[in-house]
Amino acid sequence: MLPVVVVTDLVKQFGRFAALRGVSAEFTPSRLYAILGDNGAGKTTLLRALAGLTVATRGSISMLGTTDLHSVCGQLGYMAHPSLLYDEMNGMENLRYFARLYAISDGAQNNEDRCAGVIRAVKLDPSLTRPVGQYSQGMRQRMSLARALLNDPKILLLDEPFSNVDLRSAREMVSLLIGLREAGKTIFVVTHQASLLEGTADEFVWMEAGKIVSRTRDLQHQESR
Amino acid sequence: MKRAFPILAVLTGVLLSYAMYQALVVAPTEQTMGDVQRIFYYHVPSAWTAFILFAINFVASIVYLIQRNAKADMLALVTAEVGVVFCTVNLVTGPIWARPVWGIWWTWDLRLTLTLVLWLIYVSYIVLRRFSSSGQTPLLAAVLAVFGALDVPLVYFSIWFFRTQHPQPVIGGGGSLDPRMWHALWINWLAFSCFAALVCWSRFRLEVLRRDLDETLALEALLEPRSSKARSS
Amino acid sequence: MSGVAGLTRATLAKDLRLEWRSKDAINSMLFFSLLVVVIFSFSFDPTAEESRRIAGGLVWVAFLFAAVVALNQTWAREMRNQVLDAYRVSPAPPNALFLAKVIGNFIFVTILQALMTPLFIVFYNLRALGPAYQLPIVAALGTWALVVNGTFFAAMSLRTRSREIMLPLLLFPISIPALLAMVEATGAILTGEFSAKFWIVLLAAYDVVFTIASLFLFGLVLQAE
Repeated sequence: MLPVVVVTDLVKQFGRFAALRGVSAEFTPSRLYAILGDNGAGKTTLLRALAGLTVATRGSISMLGTTDLHSVCGQLGYMAHPSLLYDEMNGMENLRYFARLYAISDGAQNNEDRCAGVIRAVKLDPSLTRPVGQYSQGMRQRMSLARALLNDPKILLLDEPFSNVDLRSAREMVSLLIGLREAGKTIFVVTHQASLLEGTADEFVWMEAGKIVSRTRDLQHQESR
Repeated sequence: MKRAFPILAVLTGVLLSYAMYQALVVAPTEQTMGDVQRIFYYHVPSAWTAFILFAINFVASIVYLIQRNAKADMLALVTAEVGVVFCTVNLVTGPIWARPVWGIWWTWDLRLTLTLVLWLIYVSYIVLRRFSSSGQTPLLAAVLAVFGALDVPLVYFSIWFFRTQHPQPVIGGGGSLDPRMWHALWINWLAFSCFAALVCWSRFRLEVLRRDLDETLALEALLEPRSSKARSS
Repeated sequence: MSGVAGLTRATLAKDLRLEWRSKDAINSMLFFSLLVVVIFSFSFDPTAEESRRIAGGLVWVAFLFAAVVALNQTWAREMRNQVLDAYRVSPAPPNALFLAKVIGNFIFVTILQALMTPLFIVFYNLRALGPAYQLPIVAALGTWALVVNGTFFAAMSLRTRSREIMLPLLLFPISIPALLAMVEATGAILTGEFSAKFWIVLLAAYDVVFTIASLFLFGLVLQAE
């Protein structure tokens, strides 16, 4: 199968700090990849580079067959620890607005249905009028995931989606991710809670000091060199 | 290239001395203003030098925006810094000259005001460079330089019209110059230009060294194994 | 380019709605503007003759200070939950976001002016001896000049230290020709001694030049990390 994401010798330096020190990897579609590692390993930097939010110092990223990441950004979904939502609006209002960013304009009613649909997919209630700022962390992360799913992306980039989230919300998100993978999406999850993805992730990608040190099928990680 | 620098330094030294001799000794004393007028040989050339440096800054900034060339960014930085210094000289010598001769410290005439606005714009440019995080500095600075350059003609026209509406004394006065005065003026301008080139070149070399050092340290950080106790990802 | 126009409208509507809901920014700014007018009136207490001459300067300096307070919070909501990342990751045209913010600021500052102007008229017993119909034109062109550059520099300041001081530091020097034009035009209209036409044309030229420059370069500034 042709790889959907190809990273070649990726280097990212912030002044004297090298966050990524030569990352090379290929990722095949319809897989769920868990990216693990200690703080400072470069996981978030790698994800942000894939999202196009960070420009690499050296090396290249090819996504969906092209190195021009901006041309395929409409097929990406990105989620991070900050919610990327407006605290003062409720869920539907937020999604209605963010749907505009993707120029998804197949009629007003379809838009409404689409926004309500993704909200239900993350097991939240579309009719909730409470502003997002008053949500619990678990609800907020789920709403943020809903936002990332608005444009039905082929590739999902999730940075610490389960952090500070209650167990039930986290499990619901994982089962949602399984469904999305079955639907053909490629999912990258950066997380510290690897156990949540045990048995679910196709591959565990271990990072250390800005490099990928190993890729395993299960959670048994060899000792780092 | 390496030998050119000391040659330029010597040339500059010679020119500056000769220019000072011309300005302070050879050039005739002005009829009405007396010896104070000699400050003119410093006031005017420093303005011309500053304007040329700012023009180079504008071109270098555009080159950077198009090509993301690091050398263009360094040239922009260097010409801005040295340009501000020459601009300051002009702004300080202006009032020093004006006070004894015309009785006023300052007037909002075209030249002085334009110079002041340029000085303000480029000081803000330097502050922006200092206050922004190093990854983004070249881009933001280049954008500001473009804005500044677009502003200059608008500043010129606005002050020009302002002065036709509210006429005020002009510092630096018109009138023809004795040929020996022209000579002194040109020599001083040439000396200032060489001096500016010399300082810019030194500053450029310093910046190149600094960036080389940063790159070397960055490469070391890249190659050496590091503990996982680094900053959060 | 209906994509840009539609997104601009949607973003502007969202911003206005959010501002209307919270009202705390506009309320504090209205009060600040009132304070500025009162302080200026205490500090400069001229006769009616003189006041017409200097009112242009006073009024516009007061507007400038009020505008800076408004401009400094242009991107505050977007900064809170890293919403700008959501924008950068999407295919949405950055200019739509920029235009929406500029128009929003324009409306904001115009409301502040609508409060401050009657107060100035009262405190200084102002009356226009020249063509008063030109005053709204000068106000509109002048305000646009301040907010278009102000919004742009506010975005640049997001990437710097001392954000709040950086904005006026960058804005004031570049705005000098526009400020001169605003002040002179207002003075000309109030005193009736000169024609404001040249200044109005200069303001229009300033607006055109810097609106185009901002639209051209905003994308670069937004993508800067």
